[in-house]
Parts: sequence; C-alpha cells; structure tokens
Amino acid sequence: MEILPILSTLRRHKITAFLVIIEIALTCAIVCNAVFIINQRLDRMAMQSGIDEHRLLHIAVADIGASQDKKAHMQEDLAALRQVPGVTDVASVNQVPFGNSSWNSGIKLDPKQRISTLNATNYYGENIAQTLGTQLIAGRHLQDTDYMDMDDVMRAAAAKDAKAIPHAVVITQKLAERLWPGQPPLGKQLYLADYPITVVGVVKELVRPSILDDSARSYSMILPIRMAVGEYIIRVASPNDRDRVLAAAVAKLKQINPHRVVLKKHVMDDMRHDFFRNDRAMAGLLVGVCVALLVVTALGIVGLGSFWVAQRRRQIGVRRALGATRRNILHYFQTENFVLATIGIALGMVLAYAINLLLMTHYELPRLPAIYFPVGALALWVIGQLAVLGPAMRAAAVPPVVATRSV
Amino acid sequence: MFGYYLDLALRSLRRNRMLTALMVLAIALGIGASMTTLTVLHVLSGDPLPGASSTLFYPQIDPRDMDGYEEGKKPPDQVTWIDGMNLLHAKRAAHQALMTGGAVPVQPAQSSIDPFYSDARFTSADFFPMFQVPFLYGHAWGESDDDAKARVVVISRALNDKLFGGKDSTGQTLRVKDTAFRIVGVIDSWRPNPHFYDINMGNYSGLEDVFVPLTTSGDVRLDHNGSMDCWGTGSGDDDHMETQPCVWLQFWVQLDGADQVKAYRDYLVHYSQEQKSLGRFERPVNVALPGLMEWLDINKVVPGDVRLQTWLAFGFLLVCLVNTVGLMLAKFLRRSGELGVRRALGASKREVFAQLLVESGVIGLAGGVGGLLLAFLGLWLVRRQPSDYAALAHLDLSMLSITFLLAVGSSLLAGLLPAWRACQIAPALQLKSQ
Repeated sequence: MEILPILSTLRRHKITAFLVIIEIALTCAIVCNAVFIINQRLDRMAMQSGIDEHRLLHIAVADIGASQDKKAHMQEDLAALRQVPGVTDVASVNQVPFGNSSWNSGIKLDPKQRISTLNATNYYGENIAQTLGTQLIAGRHLQDTDYMDMDDVMRAAAAKDAKAIPHAVVITQKLAERLWPGQPPLGKQLYLADYPITVVGVVKELVRPSILDDSARSYSMILPIRMAVGEYIIRVASPNDRDRVLAAAVAKLKQINPHRVVLKKHVMDDMRHDFFRNDRAMAGLLVGVCVALLVVTALGIVGLGSFWVAQRRRQIGVRRALGATRRNILHYFQTENFVLATIGIALGMVLAYAINLLLMTHYELPRLPAIYFPVGALALWVIGQLAVLGPAMRAAAVPPVVATRSV
Repeated sequence: MFGYYLDLALRSLRRNRMLTALMVLAIALGIGASMTTLTVLHVLSGDPLPGASSTLFYPQIDPRDMDGYEEGKKPPDQVTWIDGMNLLHAKRAAHQALMTGGAVPVQPAQSSIDPFYSDARFTSADFFPMFQVPFLYGHAWGESDDDAKARVVVISRALNDKLFGGKDSTGQTLRVKDTAFRIVGVIDSWRPNPHFYDINMGNYSGLEDVFVPLTTSGDVRLDHNGSMDCWGTGSGDDDHMETQPCVWLQFWVQLDGADQVKAYRDYLVHYSQEQKSLGRFERPVNVALPGLMEWLDINKVVPGDVRLQTWLAFGFLLVCLVNTVGLMLAKFLRRSGELGVRRALGASKREVFAQLLVESGVIGLAGGVGGLLLAFLGLWLVRRQPSDYAALAHLDLSMLSITFLLAVGSSLLAGLLPAWRACQIAPALQLKSQ
C-alpha cells in the first residue's frame, strides 16, 4: 500500500487530520494513566491481611454508666462468648484490622537514637494472634506469663518502671525484614520509648488497622498487654454460621449486662468491604470514564470516516474505474486510519508520560510501568481499525460507474 | 435573519440525525462529567464559615521533649491540657475555645428509645459565639459554667427532634452516663463544611449532637475521641489526662486584624520561652498560627481523589470538544459547494460565518442542557456513594451559572474554528469543481 498518496490527501485536510490525531493522543494518554490507577486500586483492594477474614466477627460494646472493675467484666464477657455454639476463639483487643482506628508507636533499634527508625502499629490483647488466625512462621506466640494488664503498664510508664513494661513482642515478617534485613529476628531487641523488648515470634502477615502509607501497611507488632475496652473479636468454626453466631454473641453480651450499648457488630468481610469503598468507587468511576472516552473516540472516527468517504465518492469511483480493486479502496482507508492513529499514539505516549510525571509529584503515584505503552498503543490501533471498518467498507462498495456521473 | 439561519441549521442537523446526536451527546457527557466533579470539589473546598473564617486562627506550640527532634518540623497539631488551659485562661484573643471530640451514652427518659451513643464535643464556652453557632432555643453556657464544671448541655436540633419531638427542651434534663445534665440550648441546623474545628473526626462529618463543657467532661469521665500523641512518660491514660505529656485538644482563637495576629504570635513565642525556662518545654521555640483556610490547606482536607477526578473530567471534556470540532469541521467542509453557491449569490463571509455559528451554537446549547441534566444525574450518583461528603454534593447557584458559562463557552469554542475555516472557501473554486 502506498503511503504517499494518503499523506498528500491528509495534507489537504490538515485541520481535520490534526484534530483526529489530538483526540487519539489525549484518549491514549488519559486511558493509560486511568488504567494504571485502576490497577493500583485493584491491587490495594486485593491486599493480604494475614487474618482469617471469613471466620472473624467484631463486636464493640460500651458501658452506659461509670464502670467499676472493667477487667472482671471483660473476663466474664469472654467466658460467655466462648460458650456461644460455633465460637472457636475470642479475644479482647485494642484495635482490629480494617477498623480504621489505630494505636501506633515509634520503634528504635538503639535507645540512644533520637529519631525513631519507623512507626508501627500495636495490637494488644490476650490470644489475639490465635483468634485472628495469623500464621506464626518463627518462634512462639505470646504466653500467659508474658501478659500484663493495660492499667499496670500505664502506671509503670508514668513511673518509668521498666520492670512492669512488657518484655516480649511478636512482629510481622515484613517488619522484621525492614528492621534487620537478612538477619534472623528472633531474640533481637527493639526499643519502644526507651524500653527494651525482645522479639519472640514472627507472624507471616498482619495488616494495620488504618493504612496511610501502602509501603508500611504490614508494620505491625503484637504486645502482651491485656485490654478491657469492650472491643471483642470472635472466630467461628464455619463461615456459614457467622451471622447466627454474631446475633447470638450480641444477645449474650446484652444479657450479661443490659446497662450497655453495642457500638459495632460486624462480620470481618463487611469491614474489609467498607474499608476499600473509596478505592472501589474510584476504580468504578475510572472504568466508566475510560469506556466513555474510548466510545467517544471510536464514534468520532466513525463519523469522520463517513464524511471523508462521502466527500471522496467521485475519486473512489475514478480509482475503481481505473482498475483499483475493492480491497485496494478498503486498504486505503484502513491505512489512512493507521497513519493517523500511529501519530496520535506516538503523541499520546509522550503525553501519558508527562501526565504520569505530574501525578507522581502531586498524588504520590509510582512511575507508569513500560508495559502500559505497547498495550495502550495496541488497544487504540485496534479501536481505530474497528471504527474505520464500517466507513471503509462503504467506500469499497462504491461502484466505478460513479466516476462517470456528475454530482 | 437569525430565524432563517436557525431554520437552515435545524434542516442541516436533521439531515444527519445520528451525527447530530453524537455531537450533542459528546458535549453533554463532557460538560456533565466536568460539572459533577467541579461541584464536588467546590463543595469540599468551600469556606466553612463565610465571613468569619478570616478571623479564626489555630495556634500551635511545641511542648515535646528532645526525643525525635528534627529542625524545621512543624509543631504538633494539637495542644496538651496544661498548655490549652494556660492559653485559654490568658485570654489574649477576642475569643478562644479549647475542645476535643467525644462519644457519650445518652439515656432517653422515654422507655421507647433504647440508650445510644452520640458524637459529642467537649469545649469551653467561647465555641458558640466564636463560630457564630445559631441557636433554635435557649443559648450557650457561660464561662462561669466552665469554671464550675456545671452539668449543662447544648444539643443539636437533630437530637432535640429525636428526644423531644422538636419542642423547646431548654430547662429539661438529659441523662448522659448516669448523670443528669440541664439542657441550656438547642443548636439550629448548622453544618460547617469541612468539619474544620476538629479534622480528626472526619473531614466532612456532620455536627455533633451533644455539647458539654470540657471541664465537666473530665469530671464526669466522659470518653474523648480523636487523635492523641504522647511522648516521655505519656501513656494516654484516661484517668490522668490533665497532667499527661500528650497532645489531644484543639485550641482556636478569634483575632481581628493583623495587629492582633502579630500580638498573638508574639504571645505564643513569649509563652513558649517562659515554659522553656520553667523546664516544661525542651525544644527550641517553635510556634505557628495558621488561619482557618490555611489550616485546611496544610492538612489537605480536600481528598486527593476528588481533585484527580476533576482533572480527569476536564480531560474528558477536552476530548469531547476536540471530537465535536472535528466532526463539525468535516460537516461544514462537506457543504463547501452549498456555501460556495451562497457566497457567489452575494452572501458575505460574515453572513456565512454567522449562519454556521448558529448551527454550532444549537449543538452547543443542546449539549449544554444535556450536560446540566447529566450533572444532576451525576451528583445524584455521588450522593449515593458511601463517603462522608456524599450528602453535600448539590448544585448551588454559582455552580449553576458556571455550568451555563461552560456550556456556552465550550459550544462556541467548538463552533468557532469550523465556522471560520468553512467560510475561508473561495466561491469560484467551489463552483468550478462542480
């Protein structure tokens, strides 16, 4: 196929050709970046939490009046919850994954260090790791002898009494790798507000309750502190049973102490669903815009192609009369579209890169992976060819006799 | 003449309905998307207290120890109880209020309503006059109530409706955490957006239902909510919050005029120096006094996603416009013959231009109207989303006029180039080629 005649024709339709190129370039640039953001959101939504999500329940209760002896009440609640049929584990905790409210501490590797190495979240509560179902990959879980009561720890912290501060901690694998790259973490010491704490166990994964920075989402510690703030997590034997167990557990808690309010009662799967709702909405919106953009661009190509075909009916007739086959005419329009699309895509790639640079500085997005460029180009070529097919076929159907007729 | 051009335009548009529909739809989609996102952005980045926001400031001082000190870092976002009380009692500003968020168990008198937890604000008395809170019934509590740790409460209109059927409830008792509070006022409908005075509690959350003096809340041991940052011996122990080295309170002041702002900043510096010489503060003096809007800006209150969506929508509008310009241009050029005849018969360039502009104007207007309808649809969709700002997404008068301008502007833009290009045709050439 000769490209030169096409180029010389396009030169006579400079503005229109230019507009098609610009449209393709803009679409290409926007769609590349939008798909990239969609993928980021999907990745986030598929995040591993390290817990047995389908079998977990969360209940938060609060007393109405001033409560005496919270610890005894907590023990009573836990004992009652264990009695509920279908429950395998329960724990009274300070925070839950996907709960959005979190307790965090700066970790130091040396007490003389002035600025913390990093910030990690603190999970408290007896039996919390077992109830959440986090997988222990080294060392041991926290034991009864490690545990201390929150009230005592607070008093000790106020009095700077290091003896009454926990000595053992279980951390996530990612946190261990970040703190001591390439070294076995068991037995290592880290410092929380100058108090030395020894790593006794490592769990595979345990996500933070609120994720501000994706790269730090697995920086979690489990500390041996007993909590009595009315936050309970429950693990059930079977996911099918969880709604019934949740209702039964809430009823039980109400029955033990009617003078309180149930603040939250969730299935963990729902908490996870809610946690990512903004990401889901954003991804959905971006998909909608991408589809709309591609459709508008395709229809634009169809419309323009139809015009050009109608405008050149006589020339097409003349070419046909001079011996050009239908296939020649079809290829002519297809090649024309290919040329325009190629220039548009080339421009679009540059633009996509520029937009990505802007997003990187203003929205802390990573660099656009190179794979997006060929895939984006291919997609637009295909769409362009599909869009021009209709008008091109109509052009190919123009009979040679048109050449002999005057308009 | 205009009537004739309009007739010509409609005839021409009818000749190719699919194409006309495509052009109108493209403009409508572009405008609809941009207006939806722009309205959300406008609502979210609005001024929570128009008229008063320029006089409100958020003092910041740095009471932390040297642990973790880095030069050039901003002071903490909140204040400790001790500093907050000191600044509050110093009364160096026209108004000042110290506050925190909380949650309280409300025990309704009627047995038909179960006890429930309400969001609450524990604050000193100036909160109400300083933020110009409108009252439906009664009034705010006074400073003497703060000092006396009085069991008084101000409730929202929503809670008043729920518990008292909307009647004047002042003087009645509200039981909160087994304690009787006297209702002194009911706040009328009021929802500053963003929720500027405490952005830890959700940037666009609604008004709290229960307002209690901060001093009383400590006395009754009501649970406070929000962010807390501790250092040294601070453990966040709720029983000793008055002495803990933790920042957890918001402090706002009203300062009228640049002189007062400067004087207050000097006062903050002086206060920090004093505390340092007393040994309470360890770090070099570090104060800040951002205004309300600046504070919202620093904290990036408007979600990044919303900004991104706005950019995306305008990119989309641009593509739609380019698309329409291209189609219209092709259409006009296709009619070169017809235009040539009109030119040859004596129509001036200007007249041909006007005729074509009317045609593109019709498309633009139809697209604009369609865009407006789509914007209403889009905003309705946004309101159905679960985010806390969803309910705020409404088109106001200013946004409505911007939509109109955008529609007219973009349609003219889309029409000008094709119309101009098409009337550059030399009539003789067109006639000859027939």
